[in-house]
Amino acid sequence: MPSKYQIVKKDELTPDISRISVYAPLIAKKAKAGQFIILRATQDGERIPLTISSCDGDDVTVIYQKVGDSTMTLDEIPEGDCLADFVGPLGVPTDIDGCSKVAVIGGGLGCAIALPVAKALHDKGVHVDLIGGFRTKSIVILEEEMRDASDELYICTDDGSYGFSGFVTGKLQELIDGGEKYDRVYAIGPLPMMKFVCKLTKTADIPTIVSMNPIMIDGTGMCGCCRVTVDGQVKFACVDGPDFDGHKVDFDETIARASTYREFETRRREEHKCRLEGMSNG
Amino acid sequence: MANMSLEKTKMNEQAPEVRNKNYSEVALGYTHEQALNEASRCLNCKNPACVKGCPVNVPIPQFIKKIQEGDMQGAYEELSSANALPAICGRVCPQENQCEGKCVRGIKGEPVGIGRLERFVADWALENDVSTAKVAPPNGKKVAVIGSGPAGLTCAGELAKKGYSVTIFEAFHVAGGVLSYGIPEFRLPKAIVQKEVDNLRKLGVDIELNMVIGKILSIDELMDEMGYQAVFIGTGAGLPNFMKIPGESLVGVFSANEYLTRINLMKAYRENNPTPVFESKKVAVLGGGNVAMDAARCAKRQGADVHIVYRRGEAELPARAEEVHHAKEEGIIFDLLCNPVAIEGDDKGRVKSMKVIRMELGEPDASGRRRPVPIEGSEFEMDVDTVIVAIGTSPNPLIRSTTPGLDTNNRGCITTGEDGTTSREGVFAGGDASTGAATVILAMGAGKTAAKSIDEYLQKK
Repeated sequence: MPSKYQIVKKDELTPDISRISVYAPLIAKKAKAGQFIILRATQDGERIPLTISSCDGDDVTVIYQKVGDSTMTLDEIPEGDCLADFVGPLGVPTDIDGCSKVAVIGGGLGCAIALPVAKALHDKGVHVDLIGGFRTKSIVILEEEMRDASDELYICTDDGSYGFSGFVTGKLQELIDGGEKYDRVYAIGPLPMMKFVCKLTKTADIPTIVSMNPIMIDGTGMCGCCRVTVDGQVKFACVDGPDFDGHKVDFDETIARASTYREFETRRREEHKCRLEGMSNG
Repeated sequence: MANMSLEKTKMNEQAPEVRNKNYSEVALGYTHEQALNEASRCLNCKNPACVKGCPVNVPIPQFIKKIQEGDMQGAYEELSSANALPAICGRVCPQENQCEGKCVRGIKGEPVGIGRLERFVADWALENDVSTAKVAPPNGKKVAVIGSGPAGLTCAGELAKKGYSVTIFEAFHVAGGVLSYGIPEFRLPKAIVQKEVDNLRKLGVDIELNMVIGKILSIDELMDEMGYQAVFIGTGAGLPNFMKIPGESLVGVFSANEYLTRINLMKAYRENNPTPVFESKKVAVLGGGNVAMDAARCAKRQGADVHIVYRRGEAELPARAEEVHHAKEEGIIFDLLCNPVAIEGDDKGRVKSMKVIRMELGEPDASGRRRPVPIEGSEFEMDVDTVIVAIGTSPNPLIRSTTPGLDTNNRGCITTGEDGTTSREGVFAGGDASTGAATVILAMGAGKTAAKSIDEYLQKK
């Protein structure tokens, strides 16, 4: 039997994005699409919130991008080793009731979170059009999994190297213009992407759920760090979300808040890279 | 012969201008000689008022007498018979409103330094690895304790000593609750908290970290599927309140919980730590309680100019007198009778200033304190880049929203009888989760009371 919080499987989806499955049977039993976990890779490590990508038996799978010091540290832990901490399932599951045809939109790493939502809807018999946006062909992830979880899959690349040429909003607009009628849109990805999807769906009058991923510490409502203004009210993404009505989210405020520790993060990332290079040179 | 000095024996402290740049403990504790000197100020009253002022009724004259006699083991036995966490209480209890507030020596001069003596005895026991706890043989009954703060730790310890098999479920990756995430290292060293937690483990208490009850398991699952015959909810009041003024979501506005958690729990004050803490030049801390003092003194240690902004006057500050005194010594500026009206941001959404209105004290309000009233036209602008909101906390809804039949009041606090019983059979609660934000010692008292009720309840079963 694996140990508590053991990484039972690990693979690299792209050079920047990895997927790990972690032994956490109680979480695996309870988790629903849209919920997240918080992990610490090492003792004294940072608490990293990650949305659950899938659960299989006793294992919980999360996908992360090696963008900062802490995710790079996480990535240094090999398959078979254990994480220091793994807590969840946190947040409210995504509302998948009351619709018959939806568009699920993922942007980059957001596709890892859009996937379980699409799958939950698709398994329920909802017609799912899945739009996955990436910068370029070489960083497309989860294409097969997304195809299995949807009725139609549309991959978009910003540079036109694969699939639809342009942003996910371009594809969505094209589908709506072509006569597709959606009861609801789910948008999960970078803040500017979600903001522009919401702008479009507001004009098209389609209810839209977005999944927020703000800075967080505890994930249980204790620090208030993850607050998001929704319809003029302050909400805590960790306990009230992470999903919110996208037409009511104050995206500009959220984008500013996401930059709170940017200088620190940049410095840490550069230091981490230096350490790595130092090691490989030495 | 009693020492009739009107003043407490001074305790050595780090100098203010030194300590406001480090996180080491401010108050260094009594030497043996100082403790003997202070202990001899106690008159050993026949009807000790101090004991009545203590929420857990520590036999104060008795433990002090043992110090006078040089019997440290005996002193610790007296102390720990009533107080499970004396090294913590000796440091963080508001003694001036409790035991010391009732001490007859305080009528003329300063009261006996009961808190300092408590700390002295408790530290001696921790250093010498002394344990007095006697554990009854296992009785085969299982109790779940939710939350490892002062209420949960006390309840678990009491039940373990009675022979119960106790599991504490803690949401964070470290046990201790507010003792670990809230109260800073310089006021309560985390090594002391962990020693107290380790002592509980020695009693056989199992501590499961990273378990958010209400999410991973519900109370019903604990009782129906996992065989716990009683549950104690000691989940505290962790949800931060905000002022609800414009600008509170700007970059640079933090709840005290967030600011303190980053520094204390995540060790953001250490060099080369992966968890960031905001780099501030000038900080306004809103509120006048212990949490406000803690946040202000942390911000000072992070190198900022720090102002406490409080809407009432000096006499109304709810913080312990010692914390206010220490904060002032460390160079924190108190802007009293000032109330924030709005926080202003720059074009990048970052705090650049705060608009404040001056207040005056009017008639007493429901709390008995004089109500602060704004002085019209007295608004002024404070240049700050950081605002830390420390105006109180509310109980977390995770448990109440997932436990059918558990009654709560309109403030979200779990409704309990004086004995810690709730509206659900077999479910008990205490501490901030039922009273709203209060003190460590009151939570401990509630944990102790609930343990007694749980024992009575399970003996009948």
